[in-house]
Amino acid sequence: MTFPFYVNPEQMTQDKAEFARKGIARGKSIVTLEYASGVLMVAENPLQLQKLGEIYDRISFAGVGKFSEFDRLRKMGVQWADVEGYRFSREDVRGKALANLYSQLLGDEFTRSPKPFEVEIVVAEVGDDELSGHEQNAIYRIGFDGTISDQKHFCAIGGSVENLTSHLEANFQEGLDLPGAVRLGRATLQRAENGSPDLPAESLEIVLLDRDGTGRRFRRLPDEEVASHLG
Amino acid sequence: MRYWDGYRGASFSELLELEHPQLQPKLWRGASEPALGDTGHGTTCLALHFADGALVAGDRLATMGYQVASREIEKVYATDRYSLLAIAGAAGPAIEMARLIRIQFEHREKIEGEPLELEGKANTLAGLVRQNFPAAMQGLAVVPLFAGYDLRRRCGRVWKYEITGGRYEEREFESVGSGAVFAREGLKKSYRPEADRGQAIRTALGALTDAADEDRATGGVDLLRGIYPRIKTCTAQGIEEIPDEEIAEHYQQLLEERRSSGELR
Repeated sequence: MTFPFYVNPEQMTQDKAEFARKGIARGKSIVTLEYASGVLMVAENPLQLQKLGEIYDRISFAGVGKFSEFDRLRKMGVQWADVEGYRFSREDVRGKALANLYSQLLGDEFTRSPKPFEVEIVVAEVGDDELSGHEQNAIYRIGFDGTISDQKHFCAIGGSVENLTSHLEANFQEGLDLPGAVRLGRATLQRAENGSPDLPAESLEIVLLDRDGTGRRFRRLPDEEVASHLG
Repeated sequence: MRYWDGYRGASFSELLELEHPQLQPKLWRGASEPALGDTGHGTTCLALHFADGALVAGDRLATMGYQVASREIEKVYATDRYSLLAIAGAAGPAIEMARLIRIQFEHREKIEGEPLELEGKANTLAGLVRQNFPAAMQGLAVVPLFAGYDLRRRCGRVWKYEITGGRYEEREFESVGSGAVFAREGLKKSYRPEADRGQAIRTALGALTDAADEDRATGGVDLLRGIYPRIKTCTAQGIEEIPDEEIAEHYQQLLEERRSSGELR
């Protein structure tokens, strides 16, 4: 008869967390911030493979870490949202519910599987003045172990989060216009240890959720528009 | 949410089939008698090419047997930014199909990061119509017209379908529903491929008026209640719904043309 090895749960959790953190820190960072008419997501990403995506009318997704893992999570989010909207109504698809589902999934996998997810994700939801109780924007950050936090105004994920967050804390103002928010997003990403000091428009992937729009509020900014905002 | 064993494709209807079968609109389950008399039916729709793209129009009446079910039903739907769907036939499944196809296009666009080609959209719709075939045999036929602007080929395109899912591209115009024969006769006389927006609207309006005149189940223009047919166009600029006020003006112009030609007295 064989006995399984005894592994100290504290040790195991620490090892897994360290492993996940290392994986995440290798990737480029992403900044999510509010601006006057919505929520903006800015990623350093010169590649065609996208890290930011549309989930539903008022919800967008950002992921850092291992691409195959967070992209699968993004697609699951789209599947969940479209089924939810079909089953009930478009207004019933809510960012908080999705963020909680992600949190549970990542938390379960962290405990259960030998290799935790090497991802960190953000679910952003733009507010709607017509929708009572949902007038405010919401930014949820979900960590590799399922820790979920509700962020106010802005949020950074990926490597060098402390640098980025302190830059945002020092420079963020409420009611920024779109060009101002794009510039702040880029300036923040340039603070990352593995970021480049002068990011051109082509190296930025930028999406937004437009508060003033109707229906699908998600929009991807083309390079030319990003360049004109950067001035 | 299933990470490891969940569905990984980009088709919303396959996702429903595999993970949420209870949500699938399969009406024929348990149906044994034709359900014709007790359900709403939408009547006449048409689609045509014009200079800038494609136009789709439909009257607003739904009938239940020999009675009016609704005077203001919606039969012309924008399925995304560059495509339109008009449905004649059983109203319930038709509305459900319009809802499903819209989600289908949007789902695929979000999953893959880019929209389907217009041809791909037309084929997707064929699949849904085919799925409805058993219900069609129970009297719940859904017969759509699909039109859109093909951004790659830079032209408007129109397709018609039959209940088996067969799809046929139309070069000029097509109409479906109980008043289709009369609408087609009207279109045949007034259709011009190079027509501008205004002419195309009047052509569609004239054909629907003819259909309403001959077919009791087609609504046409209801001046008493101020209900006008629904007309939408799809061009390189996207979809435009023609406002009722503008349709009213074109309708007056149409009546004057017909009076002066001696067709109306």
